[in-house]
Amino acid sequence: MQGIVGYGAYIPRNRIKVEEIAKVWGADAPSYKKGLMLEEKSVPSPDQDTITMSVEASKNALKRAKIDPAEIGAVYIGSESHPYAVKPSGTVLAEVLGATPEAHTADFEFACKAGTEGMYVALSLVKADEVKYGLAVGADTSQGAPGDALEYSAAAGAAAFIFGKENLVAKSVETYAYMTDTPDFWRREYQYYPQHGGRFTGDPAYFKHVIGAARGIMEKSGMKPADFDYVIFHQPNGKFPLRVGKMLGFQREQIDPGWLVNLLGNTYSGSSPLGLTSTLDISKPGDMILIVSYGSGAGSDAFIFEVTDRIDEVRDLAPKTRYLLGKNKNYLEYGEYAKFRHKIRKAD
Amino acid sequence: MPTPSRYWREIPQRYRFETNQCAKCGLKFFPPRLICPECKNQELEEAKIEEKGKLLTYTIIRVPPHQYVDQAPYAVGIAELDDGVKLTGQIVDCDFDDLKIGMRLKLEFRKVFQEGESGILCYGYKFVPDEL
Ligand SMILES: [Zn+2]
Repeated sequence: MQGIVGYGAYIPRNRIKVEEIAKVWGADAPSYKKGLMLEEKSVPSPDQDTITMSVEASKNALKRAKIDPAEIGAVYIGSESHPYAVKPSGTVLAEVLGATPEAHTADFEFACKAGTEGMYVALSLVKADEVKYGLAVGADTSQGAPGDALEYSAAAGAAAFIFGKENLVAKSVETYAYMTDTPDFWRREYQYYPQHGGRFTGDPAYFKHVIGAARGIMEKSGMKPADFDYVIFHQPNGKFPLRVGKMLGFQREQIDPGWLVNLLGNTYSGSSPLGLTSTLDISKPGDMILIVSYGSGAGSDAFIFEVTDRIDEVRDLAPKTRYLLGKNKNYLEYGEYAKFRHKIRKAD
Repeated sequence: MPTPSRYWREIPQRYRFETNQCAKCGLKFFPPRLICPECKNQELEEAKIEEKGKLLTYTIIRVPPHQYVDQAPYAVGIAELDDGVKLTGQIVDCDFDDLKIGMRLKLEFRKVFQEGESGILCYGYKFVPDEL
């Protein structure tokens, strides 16, 4: 039986509040906060990117997995903000951990679902006995165009999972993928900021694919919403995951432990994976967890995990996700934020 | 600024804290050496430095070398790691008022600098407060 051997998270300390962004663009902060169900979002420091956050999240996953990193046979980072246009992120991560040279590495991209994509492939390679352990990370330092609605939510964070067949923290019960070609959000080559289809990002994009994947995996496994202790949906804003949960028949208590978006923002490829880490942090042996990601373009990956007894041994071996969300926060003014995110044009 | 080849050569130290120690007197150094500076012994064994320690001294850099201009002002400190190795590095994620001699620090993976807009990205370690 394959599943999760170790998991870890990383969240940068900087935050910016919705009010601080709204003030600059003359927008109405209360209506943004209400509309997005969002208070603030995380911001990476200038010396942090998808690679550095992936390293820290993976080191936390290793602390819980307690395995020899040289036995990791696959290293995948899913992100839409890989620091290099050409040169893999995963090679740096594998080198830091000591997983080189006998490892398969690839960088995944699929808007916000790149993280679960890597998880899907790493888990499958473990299942097929191609590798002993597979590491998959969802990480992003995403950018919204200044003044665009996405600027209020585009955040930074990373979650890492090590998959294997022994000493499982959570067994993989079922996997399922659902996708179509849907142009709801995109960024062309050499463009700095992404564009989106406005209202088109809702019903035919997020809701159609999340519902399709959730219903698909429940049908495949013969389970219904009441069979799960917890559920995590992709969190582009606060409202979407709550609304889709209600449409599918889940209760708020099932969603809450993994619902981080109101204080974290949308960490894109890290979003639903971070929700899974914070849910594992509070779960008990025997708990059933459903996770459904969403990536524009568009598709959803779904996983069902069953938590094992080992959760009680590993939970405290690395910082918990909600601890990282609350510790040592540093609130930025918009000017610092713009400098941190290279939104200011300087002389050469 | 390092060339890609020099950066690449230092990857074992900068990424994984690999070094060596004297097989005779046990002294650990960082970066790795060819001869023990204590007993002049040339017989050395592989080692890793501890990733946690305490702050011995620090200063605030306000007039930095040109590739660090965007980061100024920033703190640089010397820490004594838990294995006794002394290491110099930037201290981040800590307001200057909160820097205290003796405070616990740990090493975290960060981008140290980048070669302009088109050169390589240089990664390595910096100190951050250790709260756990
Ligand atoms: Zn010696």
